[in-house]
Formats: sequence, C-alpha cells, structure tokens
Amino acid sequence: MKLSREEVLHIATIYRLGLSEADIEKAREQLSNILENFEVLKEVDTANVPPTAQSINLSNVMRDDIARPSLPAEDIMSNAPAREEGFFRLRPVLE
Amino acid sequence: MLPRVRKVSLDSAPYWNKEPAINSYNDLTIHEAHDLLKARKISAVELLQVCLNRIAEIEPELTAIVTVTEETAQEQAREADRRIARGEMTPITGIPTLIKDNMCTKGIRTTCSSKMLENFTPPYNATIIEKLNAAGMVLIGKTNMDEFAMGSSTENSALFTTHNPWDLARVPGGSSGGSAAGVAAGEALFALGSDTGGSIRQPAGFCSVTGLKPTYGRVSRYGLVAFASSLDQIGPLTKDALDCALVMNVISGHDPCDSTSAPEPVPDYASGLAASLKGMRLGIPKEYFVEGMQASVETVIRAAIKKLEELGAKVEWGVSLPHTKYALPVYYIIAPSEASANLARYDGSKYGFSFKDTDNMWEAMEKTRQFGFGPEVKRRIMLGTYALSAGYYDAYYLKAQKVRTLIRREFDAAFEKYDALVTPTSPTVPFKIGEKTDNPLQMYLSDVCTLPINIAGVPAISIPAGFADGLPVGMQIIGKPFSEPTLFKISHAYQQITDWHKKRPKL
Repeated sequence: MKLSREEVLHIATIYRLGLSEADIEKAREQLSNILENFEVLKEVDTANVPPTAQSINLSNVMRDDIARPSLPAEDIMSNAPAREEGFFRLRPVLE
Repeated sequence: MLPRVRKVSLDSAPYWNKEPAINSYNDLTIHEAHDLLKARKISAVELLQVCLNRIAEIEPELTAIVTVTEETAQEQAREADRRIARGEMTPITGIPTLIKDNMCTKGIRTTCSSKMLENFTPPYNATIIEKLNAAGMVLIGKTNMDEFAMGSSTENSALFTTHNPWDLARVPGGSSGGSAAGVAAGEALFALGSDTGGSIRQPAGFCSVTGLKPTYGRVSRYGLVAFASSLDQIGPLTKDALDCALVMNVISGHDPCDSTSAPEPVPDYASGLAASLKGMRLGIPKEYFVEGMQASVETVIRAAIKKLEELGAKVEWGVSLPHTKYALPVYYIIAPSEASANLARYDGSKYGFSFKDTDNMWEAMEKTRQFGFGPEVKRRIMLGTYALSAGYYDAYYLKAQKVRTLIRREFDAAFEKYDALVTPTSPTVPFKIGEKTDNPLQMYLSDVCTLPINIAGVPAISIPAGFADGLPVGMQIIGKPFSEPTLFKISHAYQQITDWHKKRPKL
C-alpha cells in the first residue's frame, strides 16, 4: 500500500511533528515501503489469541502511600527553556 | 564535536617497571583488576589514569564517548582507594566504567546523542547509577549511541559516528555502539548499554565483547530515557562472562521506582560457573540460519556450537520456531508505537531543545520536534503514530500484540525441551559506515536474530565466537525468563576452552 501525501501530513499533524518538503516525500516513500513489509502479518491466524502488552507476569502493582522527599523545585526547573518566578513560562494557549 | 580529553602522564610507581603489562591494565577484566586492587599492586587512581591515557590516545579516531567525566572520575577513584584501604571493597570498587548516554547521571549531561537533549543535565541518577555508585564504580564517561537508541550502527547519532575498533571504516553496531567500541578498545573495563531489539547484543557481537540483555524486569529502568517501555532493558557489556555476572550482581533487582521491575530474588550470578556443560540441553533453531546470512558467519557459529558439544552439552539441530519470521514486522509496529507515546514529552516546554522563534504554541511544538529530532526518530514516530491511529489500530498495533503472544508461546514451548537456544547474534559481520544508511529496511534486518528475544521478554547473551574475514562474530545464547545463571554457565564454560574473548583489536 502506498501512503498519500495527505496521509503523511495527517500523521504529522496529529503528532504535531514539523516536516520539511523533502521530509514529506521521503517519508511517503520509506513508510510505504516499510508498511508493505507488515502485510505478511495478515497470514497469521490470531482469531483466538489474546494480545500481549508486556512480557512480565505483573499487574496492578501497588505500593504503600508513604510520604518521602521529592526533588527540589529548583533542580526540576534547572533545564527549563524559559521560566518566570518559579514557573515554566509557556506560550499562550488561548488568546 | 569531540569529547574533551587531554594527555595525562603516569607517575612512575616502582612496580610499573617490574610488571611487563604497564600500559595494558586497561585491557584487564574486572575480576583481574579487582585482584590487583585488592592486593594493592595497583591503585584505583592509577587504573583510571591508564584508561584516561588510552582515551586520549585513541578517542580522536574511535569517537565512542560523548562526555569524558575526568574530574568526577578522579574524585571517585580517590574515594575508591580510601575504601579499599578500609577493606570495604566490592568487585566493582575502583573499576573504570562507561555508561550509555541514555541513562540519567545527576549533574552530568545526558544527551541520548540527540539535538533534543544536547544540553540536558538530569537532576537525578538512574537507579543503576545509584547502585553502581554504592558499589564504588569510577564513571569515566558517557557513550555515543544511535539517537534515542533507534538504530543498529550508531550512525543515527546526531553528534558523531562511532567507529569499529577492529576496522575503523566499519560500524561498531548499535544502538549501544559507543559502549561496545569503548570496552573492546580498552577505554574502560566495562560498560552499560540498553537493549530494545538487540542494542546490547548486536554491538557486542560486532566488537567482540560479551553483552547481556537481561530478562525484562530484571534490571530497573528508572532513569533510563524511555524508547519502547515494554521492550527496553539495561545490561552489561564486558570482556568475559564472569565480569558480566559480577555487574549483574550489582544492577539487578526490584526497584520501587520502576513498577515493571520484577520482585524476584537475585541469585549470586558469579557462583556455580564451571568448565563443563554435562547434562545441558541446547536447541539450534533453524529459522536463525536462513537466507541473507553470510556463509563465513555460519561456519564460525557451527564451529562454536561444536565446542559446546565438546563441553558435554547435548545439542539438537533443526529445532523450529516458525513464527520467527514475523518478529521483524511485530517489532517495527510495537517499538515505534511505544516510542511515539514516549517521545511526545519532548515539546520544548520543560526541558530539552526549544524552538523560540515564534509566539504560536503549535508552531513552536512542531518546529521543536522538526529541528530537535533526526530522520530515524521522525520515521519511527510517524510509523508509530500511524499504527496507533484511528482505523489502523486493529490492523497494525493490536495484530502485532497478538502475534507477540504467539512468539512468546513458541519460546515457552521450546524451553520445556531445552535449557537454552543457540543462534548467531547477527547474520553478517560489521558492515561499512554508510553502507545501509539510505535503506532503513536493510538496516532493520541486521537485528533479525535479536528482535524476537525482546518481543518474548526472555534473556539472551552475545559472546565472542571467532572471526569471519578478520571481523568479529557473536554467538547468541537465549534462555527462559530469569535463567541468566544458565546463560552465564554456558558462556563461562565456552570461554574456558576458547580465547576469542581475549583477543584485542590493534588500535
């Protein structure tokens, strides 16, 4: 199956991934090629097979709710691209 | 961009002149160096110095290291010497160590070899770093990798490409290529890597070192930058199986900070190693010896399996795991799907690269990712987003999860009859730099023998098995969940009657 330009743009948009013109063409070609190789899975009968999300035999892991110190706010903020008065400074969401 | 290194001179201690191997202490195994440290024939500071000298000497050509942590290493080495003097050493105390640059190190930049994290300095340590620190390691540097661990050659690093120490024109494998090349070339005594589809074992095979992908959940992933959370595991790259066991003794175990870590007791992996495999049942799955495999690699692996038979193992050829051929598509649906979810956190707001030249929130996010991520990362994000998107979820992601069940069941059935399965680690010897960069599918195929293991969540080790056309070949040994002791037993026995693991590249 061949991906259309619109499909590539749709994927990029829902992920909010910026692409250059050259990226779009390359993605179309390479992703189509890769997806074609996934077709082989159709021949596997999985009618009564449950899905495996992870391989370890654990579910609903709980721990006691014990208070403990967390990282200092200053340390957390130290990699912030922009900050103001102890907050992350972001661009306006609503104008 | 080259790491900061400088030439350092050795203080001439008297015993240097008596021991012939002055400049080759960096080629020691952990257990050999431990014995010398314990006997006070060498100090941790001196051992570090030998490794720093080696780094200064070869790093301009090898480029395995992103950040050399010389200052903190000197401090740790002095502390290790004080600890040894107090008689409180562990097998890791004073041992120079390399860590892949996707494991968080407090105060030391952790780049994932990506523009996105080029200037990221973690405010905390990964659990494995805390454990190794407590054991007294000397962290000498952070190693180069494929960006966000996505790749099989280290060519996807956004910083620079690492070279194979056996042939500088070839790739060291990936994604833990810097760790494998660094250990093989003697820049440190061991390294940690991470393995999502072969990223420890394939470079270990390509560089002729021993590399273990532990059972999923055996080692805490807390502080490992997430790629595909149901597949990622941290593991050691070492010079022999005993070293690998010694490192696993330190890094294994349950961690309250990682809810997917297994609450299983940790045995002493270094005990019970012997030079016999009497009673061991080994299966050789035929699907791992198929088309596209280099004939000279197959010859080496067959000879290595003969050696296992000589050790007393009962080898059965022609075992069949018919779903093996679906592992590649299953992997390239599941791993990118999980990656697309994990990498959504890079939006330029809290840490990492941030595109500043706009006031529009959406544009800023798009451009942050456009300029922060490299081509392979973008490719996998798109693949994963597509596989998870409305209308395709059932056909791709859910289907892959169901086939994953079948692959796991096939391994479970095989391990009812065999203690371990033996295969090549890679179908070819290390390829040339640039040879596969234009064809992602060809690159993906170089992990065809290692991917099924992560899908099943079982452990597997790659050990040096010889050379084909002068280049390293790795043998992969696969076990059932939590059978690391069996893998060490087989590897150690093999290394008692062969010396491939003792060969060092001339560099």
